[in-house]
Amino acid sequence: MRSLQTHITIRDLTLAYGDFVVQSDLDFTIDRGDVFIIMGGSGCGKSSLLKVLMGLKSPTRGDVLFNGQSFWQDPEADRQAMLRKFGVLFQNGALWSSKTLAENVALPLRVYTELPPAEVRDVCSLKLALVGLAGFEDYYPSEISGGMRKRAALARAIALDPEILFFDEPSAGLDPITSRRLDDLILELRDSLGATIVIVTHELASIFAVGNNSVFLDPVTKTMLATGPPQELRDHSSNFAVRDFLQRGTATQENNV
Amino acid sequence: MMSLDSRPTTSPQQTAEVTSAAVDETSFLLTLRGEWLLESERPRVADLLTELDSIAGCERIAFDTTKLGAWDSGLVTYLVEIEREARERDIAVDHTGLPDGARRLVELAFAVPERQGARREERRQGLMSRIGNSTLEAVRAAQDWVRFVGELTLSFGRLLRGKATYERSDFFATVQEVSVEALGIVSLVGFLVGVILSFIGAVQFESFGAGIYTANLVGLGIVRELGPIMAGIIMAGRTGASFAAHIGTMKVNEEIDALQTLGIDPIDYLVMPRALALMLMMPLITLYADLMGIIGGTVVSVAILDITPVLFVEQLREAIGIGDVLGGLFMASVFGVLVALAGCQRGIECGTSAQAVGEATTSAVVTSIVAIVASCSVLNFIYTALDI
Repeated sequence: MRSLQTHITIRDLTLAYGDFVVQSDLDFTIDRGDVFIIMGGSGCGKSSLLKVLMGLKSPTRGDVLFNGQSFWQDPEADRQAMLRKFGVLFQNGALWSSKTLAENVALPLRVYTELPPAEVRDVCSLKLALVGLAGFEDYYPSEISGGMRKRAALARAIALDPEILFFDEPSAGLDPITSRRLDDLILELRDSLGATIVIVTHELASIFAVGNNSVFLDPVTKTMLATGPPQELRDHSSNFAVRDFLQRGTATQENNV
Repeated sequence: MMSLDSRPTTSPQQTAEVTSAAVDETSFLLTLRGEWLLESERPRVADLLTELDSIAGCERIAFDTTKLGAWDSGLVTYLVEIEREARERDIAVDHTGLPDGARRLVELAFAVPERQGARREERRQGLMSRIGNSTLEAVRAAQDWVRFVGELTLSFGRLLRGKATYERSDFFATVQEVSVEALGIVSLVGFLVGVILSFIGAVQFESFGAGIYTANLVGLGIVRELGPIMAGIIMAGRTGASFAAHIGTMKVNEEIDALQTLGIDPIDYLVMPRALALMLMMPLITLYADLMGIIGGTVVSVAILDITPVLFVEQLREAIGIGDVLGGLFMASVFGVLVALAGCQRGIECGTSAQAVGEATTSAVVTSIVAIVASCSVLNFIYTALDI
């Protein structure tokens, strides 16, 4: 059972690079246990928004609240403490290339826990096994395939049993089957870890397979057009652009309000 | 090797022709003939436009392509340009006479309107604005440096308080890279610089019978200045460049972002161990370079001057004071910090493309060498003032 409790609040957020505004006036909430999709056409600022959520880029205006606590207005030290509860899967994995898979998974554990090395090693093996990479502990990222790198990066992201998992284009560059398995893995992790998951993607199959809530960002008006469950937006959104996107450009104008 | 521009065209020169004729007062028929290929000699749109503009009241353009031979993008670029110019002049273009494929390509080119503000305009800048821009650029670069040095100082504080996250293995890997792995080149360069210095000294001093003073020149020259500078420049080329390329590639690969989302400060984690290793190892490697240089100098002096090795070494001992050695070693430590700073700073500030990594590496080496020479001058000035 999901308890409908607000986990992340995006409040009046504007993001810009210098004078160039990417998105403005974003206002939405993400509930605990959600698989929340941030979607929109290419170049609409999805990844920039994700960077703000995970602390890599400061917003021009507004704030993000995790469990009601301000992320950007509180002192730096508090932000560092919140970062510990995040897990991030970057678009290309961003595994540390000079470390083996086990060392990659181990670094977060070594930074935030006092576990003895043998135990760290056990946890790493467990996390790698969870993503189907048992036995690959001593491989370097350059020695495995792209799909495996993504899964290894996922193992690193869940090393500390995060409360919130961020995914940047998880299925980009993966074949349909690998991408489908990754989707299953995401849902499995949500259920077993009880984590809230935020995914940036424009892969429709994934959006409908895993997302239970979403926001649609528009590159033209530079703001959000709709928020809600993706299926509902596809069939009943009052906004044509949103329906058209979710129906792969085959929406008709007829029920446009 | 053949450059892309100098590739010979595969087919002999072909020609494309266009003739225009007025059908009535408001419409205009373009007849396209010949081979409209990229490599053929094609008419320019500008010529056609001058003709069009000379006829007042042209409202419609049509095409006749019954005599058109083979065509490719050569034709389509021509048509697209006509279409664009025609739209500006409110002239309708009738595509029905065109080959089917060409017509569809032209329509495709105009199907998505150009995004406002997407086109990058190349504006020519005046002298003043260029001076202004490069001044701002220089100020920004200086600010970046100051910020970086400040961050490094804070990071050193965290290290002392045991709050920094770093890998001991990074520190030792750098130690190994700048010591054992660099010994070969340091030996060679050190020895040869000693040889060169000794040749210069021997020839000059010999001419007024003071050949023994070659020992003073070689000893002081190497220990005070050339030893540290040699070691510094070798480290700039070897290690500084490798820092910049390594950290720059991590940046391209989002590995630095991955560190930051873990709450790990990249300065603590990547820069500090490298800078410390270089700072600590530079005096040692310099001492070794000094030794090599002196050996080189001794060998040559003994060979070309009428001096015994014992006498030469005795003269050396008299010439070099402990202050000279320590001054040189301190200088080496400063160079170590500068090389590490330049390498890591360029890596961290690196852009996110393959070219940016190359530029970061070049710039790391250039910055290091300039910093080494500049700080060497400053330190010499201070040493002289303090009478060291």
